[in-house]
Amino acid sequence: MTETTITRVELVEALLASAETGRSKLSRQECARFLEAALESISQTLAAGDVVKLSRFGNFVVRAKRQRVGRNPKTGKAVAITPRRVVTFRPSPMLRQQVGAAPRGQKRL
Amino acid sequence: MLRSELLTHLHAQFPTLTLRATEAMLDVLFAEISAALERGERVELRGFGAFSVRQRKARTGRNPRTGEIVSVDQKCVPFFKPGKDLRERVNRAAPGEEHAR
Repeated sequence: MTETTITRVELVEALLASAETGRSKLSRQECARFLEAALESISQTLAAGDVVKLSRFGNFVVRAKRQRVGRNPKTGKAVAITPRRVVTFRPSPMLRQQVGAAPRGQKRL
Repeated sequence: MLRSELLTHLHAQFPTLTLRATEAMLDVLFAEISAALERGERVELRGFGAFSVRQRKARTGRNPRTGEIVSVDQKCVPFFKPGKDLRERVNRAAPGEEHAR
């Protein structure tokens, strides 16, 4: 959908840059560990069924879905989709505004 | 879990960092993701999920209070798609049985 994709590499790079200017220095490896620890902590909370509220960024919410009838798109056969829990992200008004106001090239979609 | 709780949790795992430094690192992380989305870029964190920007078409809506018809311009919204690992971990503790594909 978009040209550029940011991955762990870029995030670790950003952490490293900030760690270098800070008083407590962290190595690249430790920065990578920091990123994993943050993601793991969020994942664990969600796996326990709890909400993760990150002010200024957004909330990760676990929603329970009831059983419903879906369709195999290939065969067209109706199959039951079992009840499940899914994660949804609700961006903060601040992030919404930041993204919504962003200058975008031409229309995608 | 709140931001402050995540902070405490991380701080405990990185004893060499001051609480302030830990907070600064955490801020960098989310600021970096936000900035990428602002540029219309995608942030992909394998196993965890991917943040991307989705376009919403212009539509006519209604002011729920007055019932007045208003036009809503097309806009871009942040979107998160959970990764496979996260999806499975969250659903594992799901009510009911393990799902089939």
